[in-house]
Amino acid sequence: MTVAAMQRPPKVARQSAAQGVRLALSGDWTLIASQRLEEEGRRIVEEARLDRTIAIDLSQVSQLDTAGAWLINRARHDLARRDVAVTLEHVRPEYSTLLDETRYRDFAAPSRPRFNVFFVLLADFGESIVDALREFYRGVGFLGEFVSSMIYVAANPRRFRLTSLVAQIELVGFRSVPIIVLINILVGGIVAQQGIFQLLKFGASSYTVSLIGILVLRELGVLLTSIMIAGRSGSAITAELGSMKMREEVDALLVMGLSPFEVLIAPRVLGLVISLPILTFVADMAALFGGMLVAWWYGGISPAAFASLLKEAIALHTFLVGIIKAPFMALVIGLIASMDGLATQGSAESLGRQVTSSVVKSIFMVIVMDGVFAVFFAAIDY
Amino acid sequence: MTNASAHANDAAQPRPNRDVIISVRDLVVGFGDKTIVKGLNLDVYRGEVLGVVGGSGQGKSVLTRTILGLTPKRSGSVQVFGQNRDMLPPLERRALEQRWGVLFQNGALFSGLTVKQNIQMPMRETRDLSERLMDELALLKLELVGLNPDAADKFPSELSGGMVKRAALARALALDPELVFLDEPTSGLDPISAAEFDALIGTLQQTLGLTVFMVTHDLDSLYSICDRVAALAEGRVIAAGPLETLLASDHPWLKAYFHGVRGGRLTAARVEQKDEQWKPAPTTP
Ligand SMILES: Nc1ncnc2c1ncn2[C@@H]1O[C@H](COP(=O)(O)OP(=O)(O)OP(=O)(O)O)[C@@H](O)[C@H]1O
Ligand SMILES: [Mg+2]
Repeated sequence: MTVAAMQRPPKVARQSAAQGVRLALSGDWTLIASQRLEEEGRRIVEEARLDRTIAIDLSQVSQLDTAGAWLINRARHDLARRDVAVTLEHVRPEYSTLLDETRYRDFAAPSRPRFNVFFVLLADFGESIVDALREFYRGVGFLGEFVSSMIYVAANPRRFRLTSLVAQIELVGFRSVPIIVLINILVGGIVAQQGIFQLLKFGASSYTVSLIGILVLRELGVLLTSIMIAGRSGSAITAELGSMKMREEVDALLVMGLSPFEVLIAPRVLGLVISLPILTFVADMAALFGGMLVAWWYGGISPAAFASLLKEAIALHTFLVGIIKAPFMALVIGLIASMDGLATQGSAESLGRQVTSSVVKSIFMVIVMDGVFAVFFAAIDY
Repeated sequence: MTNASAHANDAAQPRPNRDVIISVRDLVVGFGDKTIVKGLNLDVYRGEVLGVVGGSGQGKSVLTRTILGLTPKRSGSVQVFGQNRDMLPPLERRALEQRWGVLFQNGALFSGLTVKQNIQMPMRETRDLSERLMDELALLKLELVGLNPDAADKFPSELSGGMVKRAALARALALDPELVFLDEPTSGLDPISAAEFDALIGTLQQTLGLTVFMVTHDLDSLYSICDRVAALAEGRVIAAGPLETLLASDHPWLKAYFHGVRGGRLTAARVEQKDEQWKPAPTTP
């Protein structure tokens, strides 16, 4: 039998007796009755509001909980305000304690000031700009703190946490290899297919190889890897540091005289800085391999021909342009992830927000940086 | 002899027809190759306050979580409200779960919700009430547990440890449950608040006919509000009964617990003033 089935619904009945009018309450005055309970509470007031005196008889009430008692008390209060004198009759001792505990009090919520929607919108806009600037300012400060702690570690190599660093390299670098290889093979293949298909119209499909070589080595390898790592490892770093912050683990480090930069952030950021160039190299190779396969099957360019065309199209610097960018991307991803992690407030919701913001910001910054590098390399003609 | 001790004696010989609300039989719980609870038997009667004591790490929290169905058991049976939770269809299991309230050892308030929203959560999800009534009930519950109304709009991370305990109790009581599980409700409270907390639980138990399953290290709570005490050691209940029986026991751990440095001081003091012992008296209107 379910709870609901055992329920006796709350009821109010008006009775005229010799001593005057009385309201007999009956049933379970408990929260299980939900709306019914509220309605009956209102009915007490409705039934009695025109009387001078009223007696409320509780002898038939089979169950009473705080909600029921509260509603009875609220009705009594409402009636008293209309100058109806209310008396309670046949109150069991345990009900009377409960009725005492829940006597009426005014819980008028403090009304919040309301603003014009337009001003709110404007204020929000202004606030978000100020926030963005403040964020940038904090980011620069964060970078400074990171660099100074790195200098400190360089001066005291014994403080360096090698185990932690190796663990990070395994986590960030080694374990990302399969997914990075996979997407880069696919992207290399797609670029090859499109190159062959489009360039065929000009009878220039053999240029596909130099297209693949230059595009992949200069841009795509490093970009795809950075974006992948920002999503995969940046989010993990933010979540990890954020939950440590929430549970006061970061504070515990601070009061032990340890710096979160040295203990938590340096190994993570350094792990990224070391892993990302290696992953970029892996990504380059995978994309070239994917391109080679598609060129072979789809474009009829044999691997040997592909290799010799590639050799003509690229030089060492083509490859270096991509690799040089990788550590900078890693630094940006690592610092944004750590900074957002440490900015987490107490709630689980805030942690979720920080992780999202970390991933979005680092992907954005990776693309911006790539653009800056493109301008820079064009300027120095590299 | 006062009311209080008469009450205690009453519980000394549990009448066979007393309504059993939780019954645990031959319970075994373990993690990996470690067995924490080894064949435990325990009955909790309707309307009583049962104190569960035991050394740190003896499995009090694990027992509580197993009764609640949060930790899987290896063998044995747990019946709550005369029903075996594992056998129930989902809908009835939910109905059963709405009849108990739980105060976790560390509060377990939802960090993304304010205190008021935390208390309203069970009402909002399972009952159909007006916003006004929910607001009033939440604030009433807050006042019952001794929190200021300004705490209502605070987030859990903005509360002190004791406030978290109170807010969590208010949430546990949101639906006026028949049975509440309290895991160390008074730890982290100052002595005055702890005494108020005890008094509150006593009052609620009397007014709502609440059954309380309370894990505690607080000897004062044991003395003042527990009808029966169950002592946990070596994965079993080594003794269960009114405090007097446990005090008289000569199990080494119980002796150390009640007659050691701290326990002894309190026990001596309590035995002297036993007749003035606090017990929530039914207030007259
Ligand atoms: N999820 C888990 N996995 C492995 N072991 C656990 C787990 N939860 C609890 N334990 C172990 O079970 C034992 C009992 O823990 P429990 O939390 O029940 O102790 P307790 O009696 O509540 O102690 P305290 O008074 O300190 O709260 C401990 O040895 C603990 O290490
Ligand atoms: Mg515990």
